[in-house]
Amino acid sequence: MMQTRPHRRGLRTADLARISVFAALIAVLGLPGALNVFGNTVPITLQTFGVMLAGAILGSWRGALAVAVLILLVAAGLPLLAGGRGGLGVFTGPSVGFLLGWIPGAALTGWIVERGGASPGSVRLLVACLAGGVGVIYLVGIPVQAAVTGLPLGQAALLSLAFVPGDVAKAVIASIVARGTQRAYPAAVPTVHRERVKAG
Amino acid sequence: MTGVYVPGDSPLHRLPAGAKLLGLALLCTTLFLLGSPLWLGGSTVLVVLLYAVSGVGPGAAWAQVKPLRWFAVALFVMQFVLVDLHGAVSATLRLVLAVALAGLVTLTTRFADMMACFERCLAPLRLLGVDPFRVSLVLSLAVRSVPVISALATRVREAQQARGLSWSVRAFAVPLVVSVLRHADAMGEAMSARGLDDH
Repeated sequence: MMQTRPHRRGLRTADLARISVFAALIAVLGLPGALNVFGNTVPITLQTFGVMLAGAILGSWRGALAVAVLILLVAAGLPLLAGGRGGLGVFTGPSVGFLLGWIPGAALTGWIVERGGASPGSVRLLVACLAGGVGVIYLVGIPVQAAVTGLPLGQAALLSLAFVPGDVAKAVIASIVARGTQRAYPAAVPTVHRERVKAG
Repeated sequence: MTGVYVPGDSPLHRLPAGAKLLGLALLCTTLFLLGSPLWLGGSTVLVVLLYAVSGVGPGAAWAQVKPLRWFAVALFVMQFVLVDLHGAVSATLRLVLAVALAGLVTLTTRFADMMACFERCLAPLRLLGVDPFRVSLVLSLAVRSVPVISALATRVREAQQARGLSWSVRAFAVPLVVSVLRHADAMGEAMSARGLDDH
């Protein structure tokens, strides 16, 4: 008689691989020269773009874990943030809230995309990227910056204003790329992947 | 990958990672509570002394606080306008000292030692059903994947340039993300086939 395997709770090996590889992808998007868009003329870091993709493609829980893995490696001393930054100095600096905001940001992006079922539309992806990848990150980043610097909340918000247009542009690109990826590779939709893993 | 660790044999290098993290937390809290310029001046001397003891050199020290330079100027100006010179000096100094101290811990601790310390700190998650073996697996797999994904990105970019599409983000990112996912799913299947799901 065949013995039935007890059903595993939690993450499968397939998910562990996706989480690790996406943590590495976000790191690679910050490497100099790894990615120069618009023919080398605009040196922009695409790490938050990677955070949004992690949420939109891995889903809320796994996307957030991929970001958390990257942050842990950075804390341990690997220079994996844009511009070769890394180490504990990042965590006592003024932008630590923006970095930690990546975790709930990816989670919210994933949550909104998961609500879209097997084929999340362009509008849903754009809303997910804007809400998680811009909204949540600023919502965590600005108050933390105010606390670290002793500036009033409004002044701290003013300091971050310059980054908003770039981040909105990244959210637009991330949603277009997520849509293209999910059309080319259906298992890039969190819901579809989960069904497949469940089916074994 | 080795990180930004500077090899050495100073007392700071020899301290266990956990002790350094605890010391950092205490010193940063103290910095945050200190207000008077006298105390902050004393803290500056302490930080400079610690760097001297560590022997990491001025270059490594500067690399830690360098990313802050423009922000520090902006913060100083804003605090000066909003509060006064005293407030501006103490807010800016506090921030620079906290970053320098945290950087010193990273400069004097091997990546592997810090990871081992983090993994020990995460061990109580076992009570919530998190398998420590799988935590280590994910972390080391992520480190190993950075050069692999970097090579994938180079290959995709070269293919894109060959097709004359170097201006398009979409023509780069979609193939990259698809190949990253293929790589991840193939690796997941391979690990599953080796019985890792039964672990």
